[in-house]
Amino acid sequence: MINLENINLNYKDTKALENINIELPEHGICGLLGRNGAGKTSLLSLISGYRQQTSGNLTVNGQQVYENPDILPRIAYIYDNQKDTEGEYKVKDLLRITEVLRPNWDSALANRLVKLFGVKLKKTMSSLSHGQKAAVHVIIGLAGQTPITLYDEAYLGMDAAMRKLFINELLEDYMQRPKLILFSTHYINEMENIFSEALILHEGRVLAYDSCDALREKGAVITGNVDAVDRFTEGKKILSERALGNQKEAVFFCELTESERQSAKKAGLTISQPSLQDLFIYLTEKEGEER
Amino acid sequence: MKLILDSQRPIYLQIKEGIEEDIVSGQLTEDEQIPSVNQIVNFYNINPVTVLKGINLLVDEGTIYKKRGIGMYVSPGASERLKMKYSKSFFEEYIEPLTRQAKPLGFTIPEINKMIERSWKGEHND
Repeated sequence: MINLENINLNYKDTKALENINIELPEHGICGLLGRNGAGKTSLLSLISGYRQQTSGNLTVNGQQVYENPDILPRIAYIYDNQKDTEGEYKVKDLLRITEVLRPNWDSALANRLVKLFGVKLKKTMSSLSHGQKAAVHVIIGLAGQTPITLYDEAYLGMDAAMRKLFINELLEDYMQRPKLILFSTHYINEMENIFSEALILHEGRVLAYDSCDALREKGAVITGNVDAVDRFTEGKKILSERALGNQKEAVFFCELTESERQSAKKAGLTISQPSLQDLFIYLTEKEGEER
Repeated sequence: MKLILDSQRPIYLQIKEGIEEDIVSGQLTEDEQIPSVNQIVNFYNINPVTVLKGINLLVDEGTIYKKRGIGMYVSPGASERLKMKYSKSFFEEYIEPLTRQAKPLGFTIPEINKMIERSWKGEHND
């Protein structure tokens, strides 16, 4: 379990993370969502011990992470651009080095994934295509079998078919050997159903953190006749609205009571749930303006 | 079960209702094994917790039962119970909106009945 208490991270004058208070479970696939510059990579680099927080307390199973040799082999941080550290290595050497560093390395899985993704072991990392590089990274993430695995836009460059293979493998592995997976992505639409939780960061702060079902339940999309929608939404906080002719759609972020649902139905309105991606867009647009 | 999930309703409910529909339509019969959590996860590429949430609701409602270490099976009588439940929601979801739309357009009940009959036979309304 990861515990973050009053975490702040500053880069010179810039506040990258502000007052982060969250507890991440021992097992789960948690989506880490945020616009560019929201603090996703900053948060992941703290959890993985790549950086030290400016203030606050960060523990994994009760122990400090930064420069802790007991904890660090249990955390893998998989990110897209690693050319400075790995560019000159051949794929097979990079895998061999990682194997030494990871106590739970599953070499049978690594070999199978190398074949599955068609990775050429004798090539140097810098000579690989973006998609092939990403494949090597996710092989390291999956075969490492670390109890905490962080993927930071790790599959960037993979085509849709490869991403699908990766997600299949990730879920298959998760069912056999559950762990905590934190997954930052901009492809929310494609990924949202694999997440059990979602953590939405905005301008260095936590905007929302809950199970995906709970987050989506807090949102409601009401559609129907303009007048009926307006009557229903009067006095309620709306995240977004749009109209076409005499039809209108309004999005909320508050749970509707059963009687509100009934009265909406009676008025001929339809209620649906926003997707995580829609909710993310509405929340980071609107809340952003208010801050 | 339907092959594509939509994004407007909770996924666990769609999993639950997909299995219920298979039971009502007879694609899954009494004491027959339903697809495993692993199979459903692999098919839709969704989080196993979501699948379990849907499955557990079916167990709680007595629609399916667990055989420890083997799998999940359709409970005896599940189909009849679900049909009764469906008839109420069918009325609310399809019949009520139908009459709500038809009244202001000036259709009479015999006219609507004729349309339903034609649709039932698979004819198009040209």
